Amino acid sequence: MARRVRGLSDRAIAWLFVGPSIVLLLAVNIFPLIWTINLSFTNFKANRLRDVEYIGLRNYERILTDTDTWNSMQATAHFLFWTIFFQVLIGFALAYLINKKFKGNDLWTTIIVLPMMLSPAVVGNFWTFLYQPQIGLFNYVVEFFTGIDSSSFSMIGDVNLAPWSIVIVDTWMWTPFVMLICLAGLRSIPDSIYEAAECDRASKWRQFWTLTVPMVLPFLMLAVLFRGIENFKMFDLVVQLTGGGPGSLTTLTSIDLKREAFEKWRTGYASAYAVILFVTVFGLASIYVKALNKVKER
Amino acid sequence: MSGFSVTEPSQRQKWIAGLLVITYAMVTLMPLLWIIATGFKSPEDAISYPPKVLFEPSLEGYVNLFSSRTRITTGMQESLQPAETWYEQVARDSGTIIVGPSRYGQRFLNSVVIGFGSTFLAIVFGTMAAYAFSRFKVPIKDDLLFFILSTRMMPPIAVAIPIFLMFRQLGLNDTQLGMILLYTAVNLSLSVWLLKGFIDEIPFEYEEAALIDGYTRFQAFYKVVLPQAATGIASTAIFCLIFAWNEYAFAVLLTSGNAQTAPPFIPTIIGVGGQDWPAVAAGATIFLIPVMIFTILLRKHLLRGITFGAVRK
Repeated sequence: MARRVRGLSDRAIAWLFVGPSIVLLLAVNIFPLIWTINLSFTNFKANRLRDVEYIGLRNYERILTDTDTWNSMQATAHFLFWTIFFQVLIGFALAYLINKKFKGNDLWTTIIVLPMMLSPAVVGNFWTFLYQPQIGLFNYVVEFFTGIDSSSFSMIGDVNLAPWSIVIVDTWMWTPFVMLICLAGLRSIPDSIYEAAECDRASKWRQFWTLTVPMVLPFLMLAVLFRGIENFKMFDLVVQLTGGGPGSLTTLTSIDLKREAFEKWRTGYASAYAVILFVTVFGLASIYVKALNKVKER
Repeated sequence: MSGFSVTEPSQRQKWIAGLLVITYAMVTLMPLLWIIATGFKSPEDAISYPPKVLFEPSLEGYVNLFSSRTRITTGMQESLQPAETWYEQVARDSGTIIVGPSRYGQRFLNSVVIGFGSTFLAIVFGTMAAYAFSRFKVPIKDDLLFFILSTRMMPPIAVAIPIFLMFRQLGLNDTQLGMILLYTAVNLSLSVWLLKGFIDEIPFEYEEAALIDGYTRFQAFYKVVLPQAATGIASTAIFCLIFAWNEYAFAVLLTSGNAQTAPPFIPTIIGVGGQDWPAVAAGATIFLIPVMIFTILLRKHLLRGITFGAVRK
């Protein structure tokens, strides 16, 4: 667009407009990233004033051979897998039902969406109250429906239940996210396709698996991408709910990283940890995006 | 409704679908209603078994939230002048006297200042960048856009390490300004991507006409494009505000006594022997209600906002 107009040239305006954003992002994202990479090769501790030594790849070596790291990776994998599993299942089912266009479906959709917009830390903290043995609402509801004594179990304190306590709350919060995206997918399918299938006498069941599911799949995969990245980063909700406990059972990678960086003050070590997490999330996300694009092309 | 359609669900299907969805909505709403209800319970009612659905409303939670109190003996109680205000009376009834305000008000104010400040900046910078990306040939445009998006993928704790060191050097630790700049940067990815989508939808012909009429590019931007993009800008702003409002990880690591926002503060409200649940619930209610209202206002653009503009209805 090389049109000559009065005032600044287009190119000048373009840079003038993009400039501030890029500068800010460089200052708050890229510069820190480079700093982190640099620190990851040192034994720097942010709470000590001593000479910083470059120790090569030793931090990386220590992290990858530390059982704590692998425990937190495992906890993260469990959390990721099950939250996505339940959210996809329930989210898709809800979207499917809402798409039946019953009266008032807009209102109920908005109500269902509410938990996802709220502060995870504040809500997560309140869930510890709901999860309390005996007096907690959650435990009481379980007792009411199953007869299990509500003072006999603690979702957060029990080693078998704690990993599920965080899955439940995350599913409660984020199922609507998957639901909304699936709903957009369902609504993008033109009626004419179903009409054609009806003419071909395809059964409803067949229509569902050969039309509905493939058409919604790209949307569903996008939802999984977002949830995957978000839950890989998960910190606020879980730190408030379980604080990583009992023991280190729900210590997700972000919580582990926070301890290394801001409690043990092993800044160099934690920087290397951060770099490993970046590489993991970018690596997994780009492989996934490739798969997603393949599905879209079909 | 005209005629028979194979794609229109039957009345029975609609009924079943509606019933299931409403049941889910009721269940999902329970924890939120419980927060609001607990805020109006007395401490005894809050921890009763079985949990009380019907209870005598009490403002003790709200009084405790906004005040700091000290416990007094019954003897002292009798020697005091009668309470002058209703909140003084509420405190007296629970065997305490109010000695001053709590820190909640100030934490809430920090949330407001940091939320609005960062939203304003993210929208100003974001609109400019989005306009440029939408209308001009920017070199390496796709790479820049992807770079902007990718800043959102990093775990906040990982970014927080160097930010903490940098802020310490610059004296920005635990300041409102530091948090505003940080949240602006985090929100830029969202605002640029969303606003680019909204501006892309404005037909170029409008500006073309304005340019022919002798407007400069700059005038065309703020006299033609900005008014057209107003709804988009407003909903993007609400999304940015909600993010800054809810953010916890950076806030808990980078702020403490001075610029701390409400999310790290609310869980630390304690009473005798643990968390003061009615006060926590009262604090949470005041903090969550604005977001609920915004969500209802935003419902048309919700999908777009949460997917960074990837899915538009």
